Amino acid sequence: MKSSNPQWKSVLVGHVPPPMATELEVFEHEIALKKQGKIEDRVFAETRLRRGAYGQRYDNGQRSDGKTTRTLNYPSQQTKGPSTLWDAPGMQRIKIPYGGLNAPQLEMLADLCEEYSDGIAHITTRQDVQLHFIHIEDTPALMWRLASVGITTREACGNSVRNVTACPIAGVCREQTFDVTPYAKAITYFLLGHPDAQSFGRKFKIAFSGCRENACGLVRLHDFGAIAVTREIDGQTKRGFELWVGGGLGPVPQQARLYDEFLPEEELLPTAQAIARVFARLGEKKNRNTARLKFLVSKLGIEEFKKLVKAEREILPFDPRWTDYLKDVPEYKEEPLKPPTLLQIGAIKPEGFDRWYNTNVYRQRQQGYATVTIALPLGDITATQLRHLADVSRKYVKETVRSTVEQNLVLRWVSESDLPALYTELKQADLATPVAGTIVDVSSCPGTDTCKLGIASSRGLAGELRMRLAAKDAELDEAIGGLRIKVSGCFNSCGQHHVADLGFYGVSRNKNGYTVPHFQVLLGGEWSNNAGSYGLAIGAVPSKRIPETVDRITGRYRSERLDGETFQAFIKRIGKAECKKMLDEFTAVPPHDQDASFYSDWGDPREFTLGDIGVGECAGEVVYPIDFELVACEREAFEAQLQLEAGNVEKAARMAYEAMLHGAQALLKFKFRLAPEDPSKIVDEFRTNFYDTEIFFDPFVRGKFAQDFFRAHEEAGQLRTPEKAHQLIEEAQLFIEACYSCYARMSAAPAKVTA
Amino acid sequence: MLQLLRAHVRGAGEGHRVIDHINLKIFVEEGNRYNLADAVAVFHQWIRDGVCPEMLIDVADYRHVPAGPGVMLIGHEANYSLDNRENRLGLLYNRKSALDGTFQSKLAQAWRAASEACDRLEKEGLKFNRNTIEFFVNDRLLAPNTEATWQTIKPQLETFFPGFDIERRGEPRDLFRVSITRT
Repeated sequence: MKSSNPQWKSVLVGHVPPPMATELEVFEHEIALKKQGKIEDRVFAETRLRRGAYGQRYDNGQRSDGKTTRTLNYPSQQTKGPSTLWDAPGMQRIKIPYGGLNAPQLEMLADLCEEYSDGIAHITTRQDVQLHFIHIEDTPALMWRLASVGITTREACGNSVRNVTACPIAGVCREQTFDVTPYAKAITYFLLGHPDAQSFGRKFKIAFSGCRENACGLVRLHDFGAIAVTREIDGQTKRGFELWVGGGLGPVPQQARLYDEFLPEEELLPTAQAIARVFARLGEKKNRNTARLKFLVSKLGIEEFKKLVKAEREILPFDPRWTDYLKDVPEYKEEPLKPPTLLQIGAIKPEGFDRWYNTNVYRQRQQGYATVTIALPLGDITATQLRHLADVSRKYVKETVRSTVEQNLVLRWVSESDLPALYTELKQADLATPVAGTIVDVSSCPGTDTCKLGIASSRGLAGELRMRLAAKDAELDEAIGGLRIKVSGCFNSCGQHHVADLGFYGVSRNKNGYTVPHFQVLLGGEWSNNAGSYGLAIGAVPSKRIPETVDRITGRYRSERLDGETFQAFIKRIGKAECKKMLDEFTAVPPHDQDASFYSDWGDPREFTLGDIGVGECAGEVVYPIDFELVACEREAFEAQLQLEAGNVEKAARMAYEAMLHGAQALLKFKFRLAPEDPSKIVDEFRTNFYDTEIFFDPFVRGKFAQDFFRAHEEAGQLRTPEKAHQLIEEAQLFIEACYSCYARMSAAPAKVTA
Repeated sequence: MLQLLRAHVRGAGEGHRVIDHINLKIFVEEGNRYNLADAVAVFHQWIRDGVCPEMLIDVADYRHVPAGPGVMLIGHEANYSLDNRENRLGLLYNRKSALDGTFQSKLAQAWRAASEACDRLEKEGLKFNRNTIEFFVNDRLLAPNTEATWQTIKPQLETFFPGFDIERRGEPRDLFRVSITRT
């Protein structure tokens, strides 16, 4: 970990908005408490996940070297989650709402990937950025630095509202109904840290699309997907959204259901809030495999779900943030840097320009401007390239960069006559590969490279396919060139294999006494129509024979397709049985002594094993709000100690008392869902419900800890000596311990929550 | 920030913890052809055999990234990589965890680790030019790429690499970076 870690905060504290600074200080204290053993693994895991600090493969300290599984002897045996070692490197996910990035943010990502990670920033299929091989103790400094350029990692993982995605060409799209960007931004910050979005059983994903037909938003595979629509009402054009709910991929993919054909724009945020409340209240908590919203919608049926959401909406207390942002929406627009110009037909063009122009340039709805896609191999970009891109984004556009769900980046608002010069500059940094949106532009999740759940090497396969397809790019006709390939390392679908023409996900098969890496093949998924339909699973093929399989399938499509027949229509026409027949000749695995290459994965010479699969953190830990609230109380007591050490006696005493007060409030909330804010009322209700009933009593000291609390309340605000303040801090710590014990007893009791 | 840096480097002579995260890259001989795919297997073997003093964890393969980090051997205390930044292949030793001792002792440790890695890789068909080296500090706070850093670190490098030409490289956004060559 970095020697400079403790210094970044003091360098940046004035450059970070106070609320973000407070959050980061809280996280730093939580790390300190965890190191002291004062936070249990389950709670700390969810705490760091909600800051985007994720586990990574081998973080349980076990790794197969191809022959045997060996222990990785990390210096510390301390843990940062269940079976997750403190010193094991992890992944940091960085939320990029709707993919929007500016030049200082690109430069910061460059610095961070170089200093804390492996020199690579990885763009994900949800427009996030991920850095790998990060030490947990580097994360606060990294987060301070991100916060200094306006980026938060809050709720990037865990059971929370994940990054809100949107079309990367929103606002410049020729087919859009209207620009969804301001709405995506509004919902991001409305739900970030919102109390109603803190007790989900699983994650919650939101996407926006400017139109129904195109793919960019992938609305129909989201928990909450909004498509821009308008309606004429009283002679006026009103904006609204076609709202889809309960979609999702994963092992049990489900298309979203139509919730409302026209949800008026002013209802977008309150409806999201109401859905969050229904999901938090009724969604599955214990079995994470059925805890996504899609299962709740299926269980209830869309009509009953709607009824519950509408009832919840009715009782929501008014929040001005629901509509405050709308007054700025009509004026919202990105500014170009340069005036519009047209690309001259006779202009001198650099070598390779025309090919690049055909694949990577999109003519914007605003005449004279184009959006340029930078196709990144497997979503990876180096620090040097990020800085180059920052320079280019300042020179040609007003830093209008976005990431895409196809793991690429786009530069918007390029004045068309600048395209040849821009191409030349991008090419200098290897950022002008002419493959955007083609079969060569394969996307992939991290798979076994870094993911704890990966079964097979999705990136290894994607890299191999990319290399082979690029080599014969010139031979590929347009119909094949336009197909999409997506690869996931397991059935969890992070690579979005269901919505590709050719999708693959990692599985294994036992052959000849060995475990052999395979990929399940899915054909005919629909990327367009906002991920309109999912592909058919045809069968599993050994990993090393997937490239031949791709050749066979695409070759057959090329030779047998009817005029104008899409790949989806072709697959449907020939049928699943015929597709299966195509794969059958590739399913054989030669004996190990004839060809051992089948028994290892792409880019990994070790003999294949499933022994490295760990326990996933994707689902997060199911943690009730009280878990966080009691951790916060401990943190307050800890901070009280720091204040006392700094000589701030009164502040220390006040914080210790407030820690007790918040502990009592947390128990009241756990029991009744609501608790008063007024300190005297908290004490009264706590006395009635926890002291008089003896629920809070310790088996040995009985009501002592509660009595300490009552006395602290009576003496609140009185001047104290350092000794008295010290005593109060100790009492606060014991009171919080008693709150934990009481919570544990209540959790074990059959009926713990009164609705 | 510069005051902070000077204070740290001043401490070098006094044996205090000063500049950490020293990186050294020893370039491959010009014209030496090597298939980077082979490095993946070699690094896995290093993990299996435990040949390095650091705790080795995994191999990261970035061959698909042009002018990128190449093939990396990820360790707890340090990473080793056959790094291809700027399309110049070399063995990069990236010290991640802090070390006690003087600047000279830390530099000596990095040099020893990088040289030994090169020795091992030369048995696999690579040939390194130990007269063409780059030095980095992978921490912009401890060592920004400024004139002040240069003035404080240059004498230390001259002591360690006598007879070499030492030249500061890069722009202010880059890591503090020095090319060290014997002409």
